[in-house]
Amino acid sequence: MRKGKIKIDENRCKGCKLCIPECKVDEIRMSTKSNKYGYNIVEFRAANRCNACTLCAIVCPEAAIEVFELLEDDK
Amino acid sequence: MKEKVLYKRPVALSEKPFSYCPGCTHSTIHKLIAEIVDELGIREKTIGVAPVGCAVFAYDFWNFDVTEAAHGRAPVVATAIKRIMPEKVVFSYQGDGDLASIGMAEIIHTANRGENLTVIFINNTNYGMTGGQMAPTTLAKQVTTTSPLGRDVKTSGYPIRMSELLLPLQGVKYIERVKATDAISIIRTKKAIKKAFMNQITHVGFSFIEVLSNCPTNWKKDPVESNKWVDETMAEFFQIGKIKDIQ
Ligand SMILES: Cc1ncc(C[n+]2csc(CCOP(=O)(O)OP(=O)(O)O)c2C)c(N)n1
Ligand code: SF4
Repeated sequence: MRKGKIKIDENRCKGCKLCIPECKVDEIRMSTKSNKYGYNIVEFRAANRCNACTLCAIVCPEAAIEVFELLEDDK
Repeated sequence: MKEKVLYKRPVALSEKPFSYCPGCTHSTIHKLIAEIVDELGIREKTIGVAPVGCAVFAYDFWNFDVTEAAHGRAPVVATAIKRIMPEKVVFSYQGDGDLASIGMAEIIHTANRGENLTVIFINNTNYGMTGGQMAPTTLAKQVTTTSPLGRDVKTSGYPIRMSELLLPLQGVKYIERVKATDAISIIRTKKAIKKAFMNQITHVGFSFIEVLSNCPTNWKKDPVESNKWVDETMAEFFQIGKIKDIQ
């Protein structure tokens, strides 16, 4: 299985939650944090289930999510 | 462990955060346009024309030239720019109040002249910026701030399907109605907008993309619920799909 991770730009997230149902492996949830604009934002759970499908980034209206595939060192 | 970037913020977006409400389709479509401009490598020759409405500050969010037009006049400003500089890629970006109400004459005549332009039409069934008033696209019985009992078609007329209205005009080459409520529909929308830009670059002619959009704030729904309303209610009246395609 492909492995991946996402990076959320916290000050761009507006907590719209559109990414949450889009993640089929439940790697995104609301956090208890607020960003500098006062928005309650989402967080990446980093539960080792992300497969870098990019669906969260495709739906993120703010272009706040970057997606990375994790490669073994010899690849 | 090495990392390969699979998605990153498009270069054609500026650093400035969007002024749009959380989950608003305006943001999604701004992002798609930026991705397309990057992919086509046309950032140095793209010129956008922004509307009056929530997207009035669009020039702040894109890293290419954008000018502002008076309410509803974006297609004629775009016409002038394109005629003077035919080598540029010119698009207007307009809401439904802007395009279908005050700008009805401009869009019809621009389409009828078959200007080689791309028009992105954000249909969210109301005037978002000014507080959710009824628009020509407001559905029958839909509650807005100026139709508190629901749109009464006897006094306010029926909602206008702009894509179908432009269909018979001979100058029009491509019309598609899309939505952006989930990843799959966003991927399809990107394809349609990209084709509308390509049509201009390859001199096919006037292309019109209608995006069924949400307005969570004025609809008083959260972003997920508002997208569901687009899918279930709006898309029933405004049918998704290709309406015209002449190559
Ligand atoms: C000539 C003129 N008339 C009226 C207004 C007020 N006004 C500002 S935005 C707007 C409607 C915008 O609605 P829409 O085009 O649907 O865009 P949205 O805000 O929903 O994206 C109106 C009537 C104006 N700015 N200029
Ligand atoms: S008022 Fe509506 S259209 Fe305007 S930014 Fe907010 S959600 Fe979007």
